[in-house]
Amino acid sequence: MQAFTTLNGLVCPLDRANVDTDAIIPKQFLKSIKRSGFGPNLFDEWRYLDHGEPGMDNSVRPLNPEFVLNFPRYKGAQVLLARENFGCGSSREHAPWALEDYGFRAVIAPSFADIFFNNCYKNGVLPIVLPAEVVDKLFAATAGNEGYKLMIDLAAQTVSTPDGQSYAFDITEHRKHCMLNGLDEIGLTLAHADKIKAFEDQRRQQQPWLFA
Amino acid sequence: MTAQTLYDKLWQSHVVHQESDGTALLYIDRHLIHEVTSPQAFEGLKLAGRKPWRISSIVATADHNTPTTDWDKGILDPVSKQQVDTLDANIREVGSLAYFPFKDKGQGIVHVVGPEQGATLPGMTVVCGDSHTSTHGAFACLAHGIGTSEVEHVLATQTLVAKKSKAMLVKVEGELPVGVTAKDIALAVIGKIGTAGGTGYAIEFGGSAIRSLSMEGRMTLCNMAIEAGARAGMVAVDEKTIDYVKGRPFAPKADQFEAAAAYWRTLVSDEGAVFDEVVELDAAAIVPQVTWGTSPEMVVGIDAAVPNPAAESNSVKRGSIERALSYMGLAADTPISDIPLDIVFIGSCTNSRIEDLREAAAIAKGYKKANSVKAVLVVPGSGLVKAQAESEGLHKVFIEAGFEWREPGCSMCLAMNADRLNPGERCASTSNRNFEGRQGQGGRTHLVSPAMAAAAAIKGHFVDVRDWQFNA
Repeated sequence: MQAFTTLNGLVCPLDRANVDTDAIIPKQFLKSIKRSGFGPNLFDEWRYLDHGEPGMDNSVRPLNPEFVLNFPRYKGAQVLLARENFGCGSSREHAPWALEDYGFRAVIAPSFADIFFNNCYKNGVLPIVLPAEVVDKLFAATAGNEGYKLMIDLAAQTVSTPDGQSYAFDITEHRKHCMLNGLDEIGLTLAHADKIKAFEDQRRQQQPWLFA
Repeated sequence: MTAQTLYDKLWQSHVVHQESDGTALLYIDRHLIHEVTSPQAFEGLKLAGRKPWRISSIVATADHNTPTTDWDKGILDPVSKQQVDTLDANIREVGSLAYFPFKDKGQGIVHVVGPEQGATLPGMTVVCGDSHTSTHGAFACLAHGIGTSEVEHVLATQTLVAKKSKAMLVKVEGELPVGVTAKDIALAVIGKIGTAGGTGYAIEFGGSAIRSLSMEGRMTLCNMAIEAGARAGMVAVDEKTIDYVKGRPFAPKADQFEAAAAYWRTLVSDEGAVFDEVVELDAAAIVPQVTWGTSPEMVVGIDAAVPNPAAESNSVKRGSIERALSYMGLAADTPISDIPLDIVFIGSCTNSRIEDLREAAAIAKGYKKANSVKAVLVVPGSGLVKAQAESEGLHKVFIEAGFEWREPGCSMCLAMNADRLNPGERCASTSNRNFEGRQGQGGRTHLVSPAMAAAAAIKGHFVDVRDWQFNA
């Protein structure tokens, strides 16, 4: 996993609540058996005017000029600014894979759905919860200032605006440690293999029917 | 000892290790696997040179991509076929407790297969790379969806890195009116607390109306906990739970069953256990529910009308309503019973079990589908459900009504196979998500119970099943 330390990234605003993972990456692209290559189909149904299918040459498909990701001013955005309950619905990890493959390294929203929130950390995409009134301000600032960037510092747990405002966000120590160092979580867990084995042995004795 | 919730008990009995920040390693008893969210996990495992920790925890089946017609022709879409073939190769290579491949008589939707095989047992932790894993909470399991990285983590370590959620009790007291089902309770709960109302919580469903539900009804309810934002939903063990499990292929055998059942009976919230949040509903006041928008929280009763955005003061919410009405092709204030349907889908991990099919067949018996309805798909949840329905003659009722009797799978719930809506088509669906494009790009979904879906198929528009004239 890519480490995340600091990011000074262009912000793209997606002004809708309850954006679900079906919208982030539609089901037809879930047939892939790979982890990469989902970026061109991020928000496929909103982003293109035709119907997308796997294997299409996306560079020649008609873009929806009204969809924010297609606005020239947001080209190269690395921070997605979103509304409540971002990432709800399906557990598909293809959603953070698509965001990451497109180039987003952070998503800021007043709230996230639990599974999506968790999946982001496994892929070097930092989900940041900020209060709704702060997110409102950031939407206004992004709309009003072309090239608007936010500075994210994971070690300090802050999001800073160009005019010097700084907002703190929460993250568990475990997730922070993994993100900052780009760690393989399985490797960390296997350091506790003896404990897992002992737990399992005890469980096998107490509830043998679970191990039939 | 302090009184514990069911969730406290399930959590505590699976903690292998805990960090000072509360991050825990939870032991995983059952790992359900399907073809869509597992190939990258198996690949990752192989690339790292790791082996699965305990293959006897794995139960696998192909469901999302499998066709529901012409099984003799195999899977025609080469991309879908590759994914199903990849699952096949992975499971055959690493092994499993049970595998129900495409066309096997036990094949079906993973959340139907687990319980019917007795592979879902009370007190287990159950995970799957699928958000509707919450279904298994009906058996007092801690069951929830995980991402593909976590699928790999569970394969490699038999644990999950997790943090304890808050506990919510959704208490539904009283008696459900005739014609009102577990699906209507689920939608009414989501309508009340919203699709993010359960975010950060594990929900326990309790109260006399929940106790009265069958195990299948409880599965329907827990299945949709995720649509209320809660990764896990659960119901305490009672004798219905134990009776349901008894005698199933992977349930404990005679010599162990009583010991198991004695433990399972402890899987209830203690008297006086404290929940972080309690939500109460009156069962008697619930009417058959119909969603009108593009989020499951956009739901009203059959006796109501499509809302008017002008009445909403919050601008973000007003925008959501306007966008939903535009996508759904609905005018504000339209009575729900005036909405005409093109397609009806009866199936999905929410509502494809035998009781769901009986409920739909009871409505359809002696009727024909409306001419204006182009197709009515009835997709059983598994091969075993299909066989049971056929032994009861339900398939004949459907076929005589002009419905299509299909092979099992996820089908039009998410339209990964050939079963999908065309742009602009309007569907009454017993599935769980009415998101934009969920059942096919541009398709319009209204979520309802199996009875409401069957009645809409007959009449061509939504009707109140509480007034239905049943044929004997």
